[in-house]
Amino acid sequence: MERLTRIWVYIEETPLLWLALTLCVFWLAQQIYKRLGSFALLNPVLVSVVVLVIILKVTGTPYSDYFDGAQFIHFLLGPATVALAVPLAAQAAELRRYWLPITVALTAGSITAVASAMAIGWALGLDSQTLLSMLPKSVTTPIAMGVAEQIGGLPSLTAVLVILTGITGAVIGIPLLRLLGLHDPVAKGFAMGVAAHGIGTARAFEHSERAGAYSGLGMGLNGALTALLVPLLVWLFGL
Amino acid sequence: MIGSLAALLLFQLAGEIIVRLTGAPLPGPVLGMILLFLALAVRGRTPQVFADTSRGLLNYLALLFVPAGVGIISHLARVADEWLAITVTLVASTALAVVVTAFTLRALTRKGQS
Repeated sequence: MERLTRIWVYIEETPLLWLALTLCVFWLAQQIYKRLGSFALLNPVLVSVVVLVIILKVTGTPYSDYFDGAQFIHFLLGPATVALAVPLAAQAAELRRYWLPITVALTAGSITAVASAMAIGWALGLDSQTLLSMLPKSVTTPIAMGVAEQIGGLPSLTAVLVILTGITGAVIGIPLLRLLGLHDPVAKGFAMGVAAHGIGTARAFEHSERAGAYSGLGMGLNGALTALLVPLLVWLFGL
Repeated sequence: MIGSLAALLLFQLAGEIIVRLTGAPLPGPVLGMILLFLALAVRGRTPQVFADTSRGLLNYLALLFVPAGVGIISHLARVADEWLAITVTLVASTALAVVVTAFTLRALTRKGQS
C-alpha cells in the first residue's frame, strides 16, 4: 500500500500521466466516433473534454496540474496553424481566381459572426463579461484569447467558448448547408473555417481535401479580420 | 521530417518575432502561416516530405484543442448560471455565420463563372 502511494506521488509529479491520459481519451473518443458512423454529437473533441473534466473533478486535480502535462499537445497548435499553409498553397491558382468573392464572403461572415453574437447575447441578458468573452468565438484559440484580453473579457472562458463554437460549427455546419441545398465544397469549406476555425477545418478535411484547404483559408483570414473587427465594434457600441 | 518540423517552427518563430516588432494585432502562428504560404507560392511546388509532415500534423488538428477545452473546468459556475443564453447565442450565431459566408461565396463564384 505504501509502495502504491509512493508510485502515485511520483506519477502526480510528472507531466506523463495527463499527457498519456489526454492521448488515450482522445484515441478512444475517436474510435467511438468512427464505430458509430461519425455521429456528429459524438465529436471527439467534445467527448474528450467532457471525459477529462469528469476525471479531473473526481480526482480533485487542479487544471494547472493537468495543463503541465497537456501543454505539450497544446504547444503543437502553433506549428499546426503554420502547416495550414500547405493545403492552402495547393489551391493557389483557384485563390488568385476567386480573391474578390473570398474577400466579400469573408467580410460578410466575419461581421455576422461577431455582430449576431453581440445582438443575441445582449438580448438574452448575458453578463457583460461573458458577452465580451464570446465575441471572438469564431476564430482560433490563440487569436481569440488575445482579443478577449484586449477588450476586457476572460481569456480562459473565451478558450472554452471558442472550442464550443468550433464543435457547434463542426456538428451543424455541413448538415445545415446540405439542408439549404448548398453542396459546393469550396463554399462549404470556407464557411466552416470562417465560422468554426480549426475544429470546423478538421471536420471539413473529413469531407474533402478541397473543403479542408478552403476552410484553412477561411480560418486564417477570419483570424486576422476578427482581431481588427472586435475591438472596433466594442468601441462603437461602447460595451 | 525533422527538417520539415524545423521549418514549421522557424516560420512560427518568424511570425512571432514580426508580430512583436510591429505590434500587428495578429497571432504569430497566423502570420507564420501567411509567410509559409507566400514562400510556397513563390517556390511553386511543395516538397513531398514537407507535405507529408504537415498532413500528419493536420490529421490530428482536433486533438490539439483538447487541453484548452478542458479549461472549462475553471468556469463551471459561470457556465452553470448562463448555460441557456450561452448555448442559444453560440448555436444561432454560428449557424448564421456559416450560412451567410457559404451563400455569399457561392452567389459570387457562380456569377463569375456564367
